[in-house]
Amino acid sequence: MERRTISRRNLLSLGIGAGAAAALAACGSDGPSGGGDSNTGGGSGGGASYWFLTGQPGEGIRSNTVKRWNDAHADQKITATTFQNDAYKTKIKTALGAGQAPTIIWGWGGGGLKSWVEAGQVEDLTSWFSENAAVKDRLFPSSFGAATVNGKIYAMPAETVAPIVLFYNKDAFAKIGAQPPQSWGEIMSLVPRFNAEKIAPFSLGGQSLWTNMMWLEFLYDRIGGSEVFQAVFDGQKDAWNHPASIQALTEMQKLINANGFNKGFASVTADSNADQALLYTGRAAMMLHGTWTYGGMKADGGDFVSSGKLGWMNFPPVEGGKGDPSNTVGNPGQYLAISSKATAAEKDAAKAFFKEAVLSDAENKEWIESGSVPIVKGTEAAISASKDAEFLKFVYETSSKAKTFQQSWDQALSPTAAEALLDNIGKLFQTDITPQQFAQNMNQVIGK
Amino acid sequence: MTTVAPPTVRVKKGSTTSSGGRSGAVSWMVLPALFMFIAFGIIPLLGVLFLSFTQWNGFGEIRPAGFDSWRAVLSDPGLPHALWVTFLVMALSWLVQTPLSILIGVFLAAHKRYRGLLAVLYFIPLLLSSAAIAITYKFLLDPNFGLGPGLQSDLLTQDWLGNGTLALGVVIFVVSWQFIPFHSLIYQGGVRQIPLSMYEAAEIDGAGRVRKFFSITLPQLKYTIITSSTLMVVGSLTFFDLIFVLTAGGPGDATRVLALDMYQTGFRANLMGPASAIAVILVLVGLALALLLRRLGGGSNSDSQLEGA
Repeated sequence: MERRTISRRNLLSLGIGAGAAAALAACGSDGPSGGGDSNTGGGSGGGASYWFLTGQPGEGIRSNTVKRWNDAHADQKITATTFQNDAYKTKIKTALGAGQAPTIIWGWGGGGLKSWVEAGQVEDLTSWFSENAAVKDRLFPSSFGAATVNGKIYAMPAETVAPIVLFYNKDAFAKIGAQPPQSWGEIMSLVPRFNAEKIAPFSLGGQSLWTNMMWLEFLYDRIGGSEVFQAVFDGQKDAWNHPASIQALTEMQKLINANGFNKGFASVTADSNADQALLYTGRAAMMLHGTWTYGGMKADGGDFVSSGKLGWMNFPPVEGGKGDPSNTVGNPGQYLAISSKATAAEKDAAKAFFKEAVLSDAENKEWIESGSVPIVKGTEAAISASKDAEFLKFVYETSSKAKTFQQSWDQALSPTAAEALLDNIGKLFQTDITPQQFAQNMNQVIGK
Repeated sequence: MTTVAPPTVRVKKGSTTSSGGRSGAVSWMVLPALFMFIAFGIIPLLGVLFLSFTQWNGFGEIRPAGFDSWRAVLSDPGLPHALWVTFLVMALSWLVQTPLSILIGVFLAAHKRYRGLLAVLYFIPLLLSSAAIAITYKFLLDPNFGLGPGLQSDLLTQDWLGNGTLALGVVIFVVSWQFIPFHSLIYQGGVRQIPLSMYEAAEIDGAGRVRKFFSITLPQLKYTIITSSTLMVVGSLTFFDLIFVLTAGGPGDATRVLALDMYQTGFRANLMGPASAIAVILVLVGLALALLLRRLGGGSNSDSQLEGA
């Protein structure tokens, strides 16, 4: 018996060992090539590797850009590997730690980029941008904030701008005979009217937590102005105790307690697009979400978008609030950084790729067709000519006219603070903790 | 298992030398396993212990930090909570799985053809990966588009994953659903090892089905129960994939078990030091439980189970 137990334990650890070995092997290799041509032929030398996210339409557009580049530059081929969103966030960290990062690192800028910079993992692109002013000048200036750490630029802004907007179902409003809300007070008075008709006032994929965060981002801004979160970002002591912060959290819990969200919102993830489905099936009247969901609703919602039942607006002001109603929050762009561990040839290939292929006219056209606004100036004509002209113009204007474009909090803050933030948001929305407890918990991770 | 010989001095000497030579050859064969165990069991464990005394974000410089991580982890109110949730999952899933597994195992142990067919069907959940199971259940339990609203059943339309108590219940249900087949298989094997003569003797004494189950089957399964319980208890410490996909520790922190806490701390919050400290705690709890269960099995493993047979 004794002996058998011991050998079983050995067997068990062997099993664990094999698993670890497989995991290690998976970490070590560059992985299979996901999109585009794989660069296995020897002698090409000057290529670079590039990791990015799966999920249409972005994945296809990114792959097309790589393919166009590879077709034109046989000597500097880019090898693309794709990852699912959450898996990528972990994978890129372990790869950076193991010195196995790709040449071009796709990311969200902000606090995550800052942590890479502090670890000396990414290349300083400031001088490259001053040498190539044309590359910099054609992009939205607001997109550079999240690429800048301590006054230096560490990433190339790319892809699209995605503010968070308030979507609504026009049929649902017609059903109760109401107009879209022009203030927070109107939102609160619409809640019981929709609930009486068994329509959820707001659709929310609450298990994802960052979905809940978008609400706080707007409430903080509208009530106290952009400086309330700026104080947190700057690391001021007890910044979450600001009266506007407590008021915003209190209003948030009021809306939750008034059944402002779909029943069981904490069971719903945004990844499944069930939150969008609630809106386009008319089971929810409104949804606060990123502009990237427009494409999803257009694809999955039947004629919901094409027949004009989808409405959109910027988040309304809060009575007595200090925030500028033109302010918006969301993703001011996506970011491509270059690994500092890459060889000189790889870095050159990556920079040439940034200059010529990223946000090329062909790529911009694909973004606009997919219902997004690329972060490039002067696309108004292309936008007006597109099938989604009305929506894209709204996104373009919201983004370019915003007095402050606040990057999503979880991207702006350090990963440590962001994790604590999401954790506490989960508890706040369960009403497990009070606004004061939330502020107290969050004050502890300020500056971490 | 061991040959019992009168322990005379001469025999002992002889057996020592000869068995010494043989065990020399045998221990040589153990080397590959030993190497794997050290390389993938011991060394990472020491690495984690080392990391728990440092400050590291996962990709930057590793800086020594003394007991900082330990202080942070031990003073965090999240730790007792995560321990409590882990314990709840462990205890409740054991309570659900063990009786059901024993009953199914006993049922399947009988040599009847239709039961063989049923055994194959019962076995299906074990063939699925935890992530696939979690995703499937998530869709089934969706409060708006899941099974409940689909069948228009109010009973099934609950906020399954959005209410702390229900979410914990769902986790335990899904874990049980996934692992009962495995443990039934162990019990089936255990029951088939019980000598038929014992049942025959009991029948002659006039014992009925229930009496036979409680007086013969259950006591005879003692060591099988301990084996299966050890696997369940220690295994439940490492539940991660299923809970991660199903609830991600939510709602709030209602299903945030220790393994998940470790992952979130290390890979989400970039705090490898505290995450390593949690990992060390996890290892210690696991070892303590495994030892405890072995103690429960009785100190003398050589006790005959067949007394009176």
